[in-house]
This record gives sequence, structure tokens and C-alpha cells, in this order.
Amino acid sequence: MNPQASLILKLAAFVALACVPLTGESFYVEMIAKMLVMAIFAMSLDLLVGFTGLVSLGHAAYFGIAAYAAALLSPKYEAANLWVVFPAAVGLSALAAFVIGLFVLRTKGIYFIMVTLAFAQMAYFVFHDTPVGGGSDGIYLNVKPSAAIGGWEPFDLSNADHQYYFILAILLLVYLFLWRVLQSPFGRVLVGIKSNEHRMQSMGYFTFRYKLGAFTLAGALGGVAGFLYAVLFGFVTPELLSWHESGNVLLMVILGGMGNLVGAVVGAFAFEGMRGVFEGWTSHWQLLMGGVIVAVVLFLPGGLSSLPGRLRRALQGDEAK
Amino acid sequence: MSTAKTNEILLQADKLTRRFGGLVANRDVSVTIERGMIHVLLGPNGAGKSTCINMLSGDLPPSEGTIRFMGNDITGLTAAQRSKVGIGRSYQRTNIFPQFTVLENVRLAAQSRNQQPWRIFSKAMAQQWALDKARACIAEAGLDKRTDWVAGVLSHGEQRQLEIAMVLATDAQVLLLDEPLAGMGSEESAKMVDLLKRLRATRGILLVEHDMDAVFAVADVITVMVNGEMLECGPPAQIKASVAVQQAYLGTEDSLHV
Repeated sequence: MNPQASLILKLAAFVALACVPLTGESFYVEMIAKMLVMAIFAMSLDLLVGFTGLVSLGHAAYFGIAAYAAALLSPKYEAANLWVVFPAAVGLSALAAFVIGLFVLRTKGIYFIMVTLAFAQMAYFVFHDTPVGGGSDGIYLNVKPSAAIGGWEPFDLSNADHQYYFILAILLLVYLFLWRVLQSPFGRVLVGIKSNEHRMQSMGYFTFRYKLGAFTLAGALGGVAGFLYAVLFGFVTPELLSWHESGNVLLMVILGGMGNLVGAVVGAFAFEGMRGVFEGWTSHWQLLMGGVIVAVVLFLPGGLSSLPGRLRRALQGDEAK
Repeated sequence: MSTAKTNEILLQADKLTRRFGGLVANRDVSVTIERGMIHVLLGPNGAGKSTCINMLSGDLPPSEGTIRFMGNDITGLTAAQRSKVGIGRSYQRTNIFPQFTVLENVRLAAQSRNQQPWRIFSKAMAQQWALDKARACIAEAGLDKRTDWVAGVLSHGEQRQLEIAMVLATDAQVLLLDEPLAGMGSEESAKMVDLLKRLRATRGILLVEHDMDAVFAVADVITVMVNGEMLECGPPAQIKASVAVQQAYLGTEDSLHV
């Protein structure tokens, strides 16, 4: 797709997303808000999987840690300060990713997948089997954080529309942030590592440091998504850290097309959308979802986000005849 | 020829030994690479040439022996650290970034000299110095007509040239080139030989090569290896005349094509 058409499509999609609260349908506002949160989560994983070539099967850990931090750092019956608790939650996820990264990044390939999974399961059992976060029952975030700065309150997260626009704004910021990072010398090295890590080393790059940077950044952004999830639903359970969630977000990235930020967003929307539809049909929704994912992997190797380009090429091919 | 003059010694490997379990892949191999000279490692398959070049580049730690670069002991340095001090290598099997353009391949190599990994908001393509360096190295390797091509679609010979351009972009003083002529046609080979001769002027080169014509066309010093050990080391004339070398590797006089 040419850059202009692509930009117009992205802008149109953004405007459409911005119009969702105008419908006044609170069910859909919350549903789309969840999709936005998962889209942020998927973009954070795409930095690892799609751009650095690190297939993590434990990314839900950083999502869950920030979600728990949001609940645990908030007073029980009062609003926490958003500008304190948000960075704190994200910082904790980043710290966890940094420490875990120090260990897992010493492995490669299938071992990396298994070790990231193992660490995430450890985090899962910390919350599941200890009373820190209410055990397997989870924990409530009773009062949403307050955005007040001094006496001024720019927006109110307990207002569903304000909350929606806050999440949408964060999605846009995360997208622009990653887009910019990927153009930087740092980002080019990550893509080089994905393509040929050995060659990067022989050219004098200490690739471990770059991978650790990417892993920490991805953990922090996964934490952004986890924090927003906790605020949106006001309830956090250990299941957020489970390997199912790590698998789901990986499927979102694959579904949308790896190594493509918009693809991660599209994948998250498609995954959550299909889940909603299939769950309405049958309790065996995962069977249908699995079928769709197999079909996409087989027939659309570039993921759903490669569809417009393919269509255009197909149409142009027809015109040429 | 160049044997008479004394050159600056860049890389000096002293009695390198590498064992893999009970197998001794290299035993007491000593190699000296001087600026302005091409040193060729010659030997049949399994002679230990690749093991030797891997120890020099840092891809493989030696079991015994020392490696010095411009007087400093670098035996314990990793491949990335050796690249930083000025040792560049190319690989026997083409080792590039096939999805990137030629320019991006070489630009990444140039960027490695001033990495600034914390600058995650500056644009890589705005680093003019890296782009200029990349273009200059692409031109030096004779690839300037292919600058914006995707590396994966280049011909085999051009990909080997690209590898050389990438090594040059890292400011390498010592080039370790593992069979740069492998799989090349005669025309491509001749171009590469010319390139190697040009590069020799300001750098030191170690070449692992099978192509006899090319070896004797460019070599200033030849080390012949057999079964992981050095059989003979000296200027091409000495190697050609050596009875031991002929028996061990070159066979009869006829097969030399000279």
C-alpha cells in the first residue's frame, strides 16, 4: 500500500474509534475499550516477536504485574492518584521484565519460549497461591484512580466516556512511541538482531544489551495495558498472568501480522471481536478461533493487516488484463 | 616482492591450540598478519582453517595460546569486542541481512562504531555520518550501482562484495575473509582479486581460500595447514617449491596450473 492511502486508512480508523462513545451504547464502549487495551498489549509483544525476533510465551506476566500493582497500590476506599500509581505500576512491570530478561535472554529459540513461560508461571503462582493479591479469588480495585493535579481535574476515569478517551489516547501515544523508536538507531539494531543476530555480534554489537532494552520496554508497555485493564474492569485475578493470556496475545500478533504495529492492533480487535461472536454461538468458541487462526496462517502469511495490500494487488492485476 | 620490507604487525597469534573433546582441531598454530600484506591459509578440507579463523575472530575461544592485536592481548575478548578494536570478518557462507537494502546492511555496520543505544528518539536515517560512511564503503567494494537494492536479490558474487563493504564500514584494520571467492564465476573472481589487492594497501588481510590461481595471484605469505597443524609458512615461491607441501596437499606439479 502506498504511504498516503495507508495514512488515510489509519486516520479513518482512528476517527471511527473516537466516535464510539457518541453511540451512547455503554456495552460497546466497554467492549471496544477492552479491545484498545489488548491492542496496546499486542503492540508491546510485537516489539519482541515481530521486530526483535524474540518469541515470548510469558508476556502476560508484565500485564498482570501492573494490573495487580494498580489494585494493591490503591487505597481500599479512596481514589489513588493516577499520576503516581500509573507510573509506579508500569515501573514495576519494567523492573520485573528487566530482572527476568537478565536470565531468559541468555537462552535462544525454543529454550527462550520455555523459560519465558516458566517465569510467567512463577509469577502466576505467586498471585494464585499466596495471599498477596487475594489468592485465586483475585482482588478488587474499588475506586478508580483520580486524575486530579492539585485542585484541577482534567478528566474523570469513573466516567465511562472519559475513561474510553483516556485509553484511546494512550493507545495513540504507545503507537507513536514505538513507531519512533523503531526508526531510531536502537530500533534498527533490534530489526538487525531479528534478521541475523550472529552477524550483528560480529559487527561489534553487544546484542544482549539491546535485547534486554527491548525486553524491558516491552514489559513496561505490557504493564501500561495491564494497568488500564485493571482500571477498566476494577477487578484483577491471577488468570491475567496465566499462560492462556500469554498465548492469546501471541495469537493476536500472529493474526494481525508480525512486525507491523497496525497489524498488532488489527489482530487484537479481530481476536477479541471473534471471541465475542463465537462465545455467543457456542461454549467451544476456542475450536472456531483455532480454525480461523490456522486459516490465516496458511492463506495470509502476512496476517490480516496484509489484506488491503493483497486486495489492491489483486484488483490491479485484474485491470492489467 | 613484499617479503623484503618489514611491515607493521597488526595481529599475532601465538601457538593456538583448540581441542574439541579428544579431537585436536588446531595444534600450535601461529599466524602473523601485517599491514599491507595478504596472508593466505591454505589446506585441504578438515585441515583446521575455519577453526583457526574462528579463534582469530573470537567466534571460538582457543584452548591454549595467545592472540595479540597491535601489541595488546585480546585472547579473552568476544567477537563483538574484537570487532570494536578493529578486527572484521566475513563468513564462508554468505552472512548478510537479506531483507534489508545494500545501504541498510552497510549503514548498520557503520552505526556499530558509534552506537548510542540510549537515543531511542533520534532517527537512524538522520545520522548523516553513518550514511556517508556506508556509501563510501559500498563504492570501495564496487557495489555503488546496487546501493538501493534489497540484498537478498543480489548475485552471489555481489553478496560477497557486500560482506566486504560491511567489514570495511566497521573500520577494520584486519580483515579475516573466509573463502570470499567460493562459488564465484571467473569474472567475479577476477574482480574480487582486484578488490583484495586494493584493500591490502592500508590494511592487513587473512584469507582462507581454495582457488589456487587466486591464492598465488594475491598472497604475500602462505601458511599451509594439514591435520590441524602448520606444515609450512612462507612466500608463494617457497610454498610452490616445498616438497612437503606438494606431497601433503598440492599433489603433482601439474595440478598447480602454473
